[in-house]
Amino acid sequence: MEKIEIRQLQEELYYEQLPNGLDVYILPKAGFHKTYVTFTTKYGSIDNEFVPQGATEFKKVPDGIAHFLEHKLFEKEDGDVFQQFSQQGASANAFTSFTRTAYLFSATKNVEENLKTLIDMVQTPYFSEKTVEKEKGIIGQEIQMYNDNPDWRLYFGTIENMYHYHPVKIDIAGTIESIAQITEKLLYECYHTFYHPSNMLLFICGPVDVENMIELIRNDQEERGFTKQPEIKRRVVDEPLSVHKKENVLKMNVKTPKCMVGVKSHLTGKQGEELLKTELSLQLLLDMLFSLSSDHYQELYDSGYIDETFSYDFTQEETYGFALIGGDTQHPDELANAIKEILLKAKNGENITAEQLERMKRKKIGYYLRAFNSPEFIANQFTRYAFNEMNLFQVVPVLETITFEDVANLADEFVDPERITVCKVLPKA
Amino acid sequence: MVVEREIKEKKGGITFHFIPTKKFKTNTIILKLKAPLAEEDATKRALLANVLQSGTKNYPTRTKLRAFLDDLYGASFSIDLQKKGEYHIISLTLEVANEKYLTNPDPLIDHALHFLHEIIFNPLTTSDSFDEAIVEKEKQMLKQRIQAIYDDKMRYANMRLIEEMCQDEPYRIPVNGILEDVDAISAQSLYSYYERVVAEDEIDLYIIGDINTDEVLARCEKEFPFAERMPKVIEPVAVARKEAENVVVEKQDVAQGKLNIGFRTNTRYGDADYFALQLFNGLFGGFPHSKLFMNVREKASLAYYAASRLESHKGLLLVMTGIETKNYEKALAIIKEQLEAMKQGDFTDREIEQTKAVIQNQMLETLDTSRGLTEVLYHNVISKTNITDDMWIEGINNTTKEDIVQVAQKIDLDTVYFLSGMEA
Repeated sequence: MEKIEIRQLQEELYYEQLPNGLDVYILPKAGFHKTYVTFTTKYGSIDNEFVPQGATEFKKVPDGIAHFLEHKLFEKEDGDVFQQFSQQGASANAFTSFTRTAYLFSATKNVEENLKTLIDMVQTPYFSEKTVEKEKGIIGQEIQMYNDNPDWRLYFGTIENMYHYHPVKIDIAGTIESIAQITEKLLYECYHTFYHPSNMLLFICGPVDVENMIELIRNDQEERGFTKQPEIKRRVVDEPLSVHKKENVLKMNVKTPKCMVGVKSHLTGKQGEELLKTELSLQLLLDMLFSLSSDHYQELYDSGYIDETFSYDFTQEETYGFALIGGDTQHPDELANAIKEILLKAKNGENITAEQLERMKRKKIGYYLRAFNSPEFIANQFTRYAFNEMNLFQVVPVLETITFEDVANLADEFVDPERITVCKVLPKA
Repeated sequence: MVVEREIKEKKGGITFHFIPTKKFKTNTIILKLKAPLAEEDATKRALLANVLQSGTKNYPTRTKLRAFLDDLYGASFSIDLQKKGEYHIISLTLEVANEKYLTNPDPLIDHALHFLHEIIFNPLTTSDSFDEAIVEKEKQMLKQRIQAIYDDKMRYANMRLIEEMCQDEPYRIPVNGILEDVDAISAQSLYSYYERVVAEDEIDLYIIGDINTDEVLARCEKEFPFAERMPKVIEPVAVARKEAENVVVEKQDVAQGKLNIGFRTNTRYGDADYFALQLFNGLFGGFPHSKLFMNVREKASLAYYAASRLESHKGLLLVMTGIETKNYEKALAIIKEQLEAMKQGDFTDREIEQTKAVIQNQMLETLDTSRGLTEVLYHNVISKTNITDDMWIEGINNTTKEDIVQVAQKIDLDTVYFLSGMEA
């Protein structure tokens, strides 16, 4: 394995790409009881139109199928894999995002057995009509749980406002109607397209012996005899720069209104260090404008427009990206206008200073240091970064290169009234 | 010994707990203030948590206070409230980078401890009163926080179950206090309450990280001079067994019904059969291999989540699941069957071993975070016990099937709460 030293953090990362294309990373963590392992495919809810392996034409699959597949990998002909993990003292889980599906476990003993169980579970699918039908009731209730959750509805409502066509606007779990169309045949088709080792990454973080681990993985993968797979063709939709809708209101059974302002990013098509710097710069800009130590936060707080639920976030992937700012509010219209005004001032450089930037850079360095206490953070974020050709351990060095000019220029480009939308959740009358 | 050692040192009215470890890149400081849960104080206590982080003499606004923390390499700081048994606990948590990982050699923990001193001993006041403007603002914020529970149906259903189930016990009081009591609080009355907290609460300070305990102790004694006190101790409230189960159905416009069920375990943290209760919960509903998950979700396909958890210091077992409104009777029957199966000893040795393995795993994983570690240690303060993690692991290991069946026999159904959709 290749050893990568991360001096400032006093950590060592080991990397190897196996002959079948699987990327394996191991970060030994002394002193920890638990080992945390993720096995992730670069396949999420946005990958809903692609050329299936062995086919030549693009095919569109039902909304929510990546998430459905995630549920179904836990069930085999002889029962539920959760049982096996818990017999080996591990706690297992999985999640599906817009761009990834991750399977994971954490364990304080039997790490090797659990690792084998995880790989075996992911690499030997078993889908049958009976188990697929059964899952529809379970996922149906998962969908209903989110339907009652106003924060989730606000989040997706804002994204739906932003995008005309891009599949990021589709709820990750789909709808009760869309999952009704899922069959075991479709699941196998998705599986065989996206679960080849060359589209996946295995990350191990914990008190492990690196050589033992990699040896186990090498042997396991060799025995499975994967053949090379051609590159996956995913449909990239032509998405306009402007937002789909500038405003939308959702009426729900709530007492407190909620409001979110979204800014659709124009910064698509970036990968690697360019993406890393762009994403960090925009996060710093939002920190300067809206963090707890900002003047604007205090103004919004004092005027009663926001409370402790106020939050903001910026995320950029290859084909989409957005900033989201908002929270609970008694004054949704005033809050939306105030946020827009703050953004427009930032565009003109009126409310950002070099001093704020330095403070926010310090804050962010501390944030990453804190996050490196967490094996969950390291494994999940490292994977997300790697799928975008970025390196999580480059965050601090790249942060240090960001200048006030970078941020000011980006603010000017990024803020554009045509790319701003507002979504509100209001109590039903 | 599984875990890092805990060094305890009582000085005046505060007990310091130091856990030196090199595994974290930060140092975590957690100050816990404990008082009996009481209707007349609960809302003030919740408000106090907000007011204390709104300004001090040296950092008179939220902005200034947060700017200080940002400059301290993004130290994180929060104040939150918990109910543990019949106690109402305020926790102040401060996590600061270990300068060893920074280019700046300034010892950040000293600044962090002094900051915590400032929050506790130097709030923004004018002659025996908190700042009026801050208190009025934070009253508004507290009302919004209390009201927000209504919009989160999972939390709401849990809160309503507790309200119904514990009507005649202090435990019914919501952790953030009572909406109707907020208006009556003044800047003066809150300040008097604050003086009582500083003089009377039971106070514990935990520091976890790569620390020199002698140096840190000297610093702490200087920063936290709490006077001696006799902390109030509450005897657990005895609750008579209900003749018939209490059923409460509330209708709302919801897509998913929430079925929450409360049981009395008649066993608390520190009791001899507490470990058996942990195993009971693990077999019954604590994990994805448990009876509730397997039967309500996997076999009947009625729910996405179906689980149980313990309120260890209060002696409650709480079951929660989200279902279609029309499946209420079916789900309730399945859950009752699972409890009956537990009482009959309808589980295998293999399932017991499996559950022991995951409980021990969960315990060890909790010790891998500074907050989790603190919560584990703090159980002993609440229950006046001294159970180490070794004893914990051993207690779980030594539990037999008979122990689990016996503890199951003690469990009584108390209240069924159903947040129903409008269609039924």
